[in-house]
Amino acid sequence: MQLTDIMPLLQEGTVDTLRMVLISTALGYLVGLPLGVLLTITSKEGITPHPIMYRILDLIINITRSVPFLILLILIQPMTKLIVGKSYGTTATIVPLTVAASPLIARMVESSLKEVDRGVIEAAQSLGASHTTIVCKVLIPEARTSLLVGVTIALGTILGYSAMAGIIGGGGLGDIAIRYGYYRYETGVMIITVVILVLLMQILQWLGMLISGKVDRRRV
Amino acid sequence: MAVIELEQVNKTYSGGNGDVHALKNVSLSVEEGEIFGVIGLSGAGKSTLVRCINLLERPESGQIRIEGREIRSLSERELRLERQNIAMIFQQFNLLMQRTVLDNVCFPLEIAGLRKKEARKQALVYLKTVGLEDKAKAYPVQLSGGQQQRVAIARALASHPRIILCDEATSALDPQTTKNILELLRKVNREYHISIVIITHEMRVITEICDRVAVLHHGKVAEIGPVEEVFTNPKTKVARRLLLIRESEALEDEITENEEQAETSHTKEHESKSLRVIEGGAHAAN
Ligand SMILES: Nc1ncnc2c1ncn2[C@@H]1O[C@H](COP(=O)(O)OP(=O)(O)OP(=O)(O)O)[C@@H](O)[C@H]1O
Ligand SMILES: [Mg+2]
Repeated sequence: MQLTDIMPLLQEGTVDTLRMVLISTALGYLVGLPLGVLLTITSKEGITPHPIMYRILDLIINITRSVPFLILLILIQPMTKLIVGKSYGTTATIVPLTVAASPLIARMVESSLKEVDRGVIEAAQSLGASHTTIVCKVLIPEARTSLLVGVTIALGTILGYSAMAGIIGGGGLGDIAIRYGYYRYETGVMIITVVILVLLMQILQWLGMLISGKVDRRRV
Repeated sequence: MAVIELEQVNKTYSGGNGDVHALKNVSLSVEEGEIFGVIGLSGAGKSTLVRCINLLERPESGQIRIEGREIRSLSERELRLERQNIAMIFQQFNLLMQRTVLDNVCFPLEIAGLRKKEARKQALVYLKTVGLEDKAKAYPVQLSGGQQQRVAIARALASHPRIILCDEATSALDPQTTKNILELLRKVNREYHISIVIITHEMRVITEICDRVAVLHHGKVAEIGPVEEVFTNPKTKVARRLLLIRESEALEDEITENEEQAETSHTKEHESKSLRVIEGGAHAAN
């Protein structure tokens, strides 16, 4: 197979992969960010402790996080089919990716928000700030550097998962690597897709660190 | 009229290794417009006491009245409104590190529901009051400790409080900066008629600006009264002990001052002093 033959294929695969990763991570934040905030504020040291709520959320997140991604892919296939109409392809893969991303993101958000200095939160409380104000104007902005590092890690992890989804026809670069590299013994194609994946990961990491450093005002 | 009245306040912390009875039947009142000091050794319960006044810490029993109004029975919402009346400044300044100085001062105004533009305008006035209008666009890390505390004071003022609570507000600062901050607090007290409660373990803070003082010991008020009275005629052992510490503090100051002159070192906050030293050096050279 000539390189020129697979160029369009690789291009399409890269776009598909990026689309899956970005959409799933965004949806993951839609679920994970509020969950992470809830975990933080309902914990024992939080601004509105609620042991029962905390325990329940904690448990759900631990359970979903302990299911290996491949198993999750297969387990939620019926749900995927229900939502998207089919269980293979790029769009369908967004469902399991989002399910895997959400608890991971919730945990990372929780750990970022917990880094915010207790004293600063107390200062806000002493000024009469409401819980919403503390979350939106203290916790999240003060933790933004750490939160952005979290975004980078989430994107990287989901990129890895998206490649894994190739095994069940998930679309994108992983799919290409498996179809050509594994089933048709086209090692060259497989290597190229891996190289692209590595490059994507590098760019993500570099961009993430650059942006999170740029927004940090704690450094002179 | 009393702005703050505590009556038989009790606070116990229950933890892993037993309960700590941090406040035992504490009663005291702070009069309108006064600067009230609370002094005591480490662990006496000073921070607990001051944190009970705005209910950052909830006592189990007793009454806390702010301008005659019992606040322990207020709803969350009412308490938040009441807290806008009672500002607090801290040993570690506790500024928002990701906001500019100006936006830090805007924060209480945002809480009060002001528009950004109006908030900025008012905040700038408070920054002027504390002498930091030229630092409006700076971030807290770029400021010295003394400057950060000034920002914290401006932020406190921006919530238009009737009371300011200070928990060891000068303990992280050197003697000269401490003096400047205390002067600023006195100015705030006079110009805005804000009553101030100052918690400290440093005697010089009390003698420098307080009208009355309470000596706290093991969670109890050991002595209370006008500053001169309590310290010219201390009735309790702990008050006498604090007086002794004060003498060694004064000695320490003298020593450090001498050392500074000897080394002709100077810091920003010491400009006037270092000027003297430079002049002295010039004379010596002539
Ligand atoms: N959150 C807490 N949990 C358990 N015990 C506490 C807590 N906060 C304070 N204590 C205990 O209550 C007592 C009074 O503490 P507090 O912080 O009020 O003292 P302080 O006079 O402010 O001391 P310092 O001068 O060291 O700040 C101490 O014995 C302390 O160990
Ligand atoms: Mg203390």
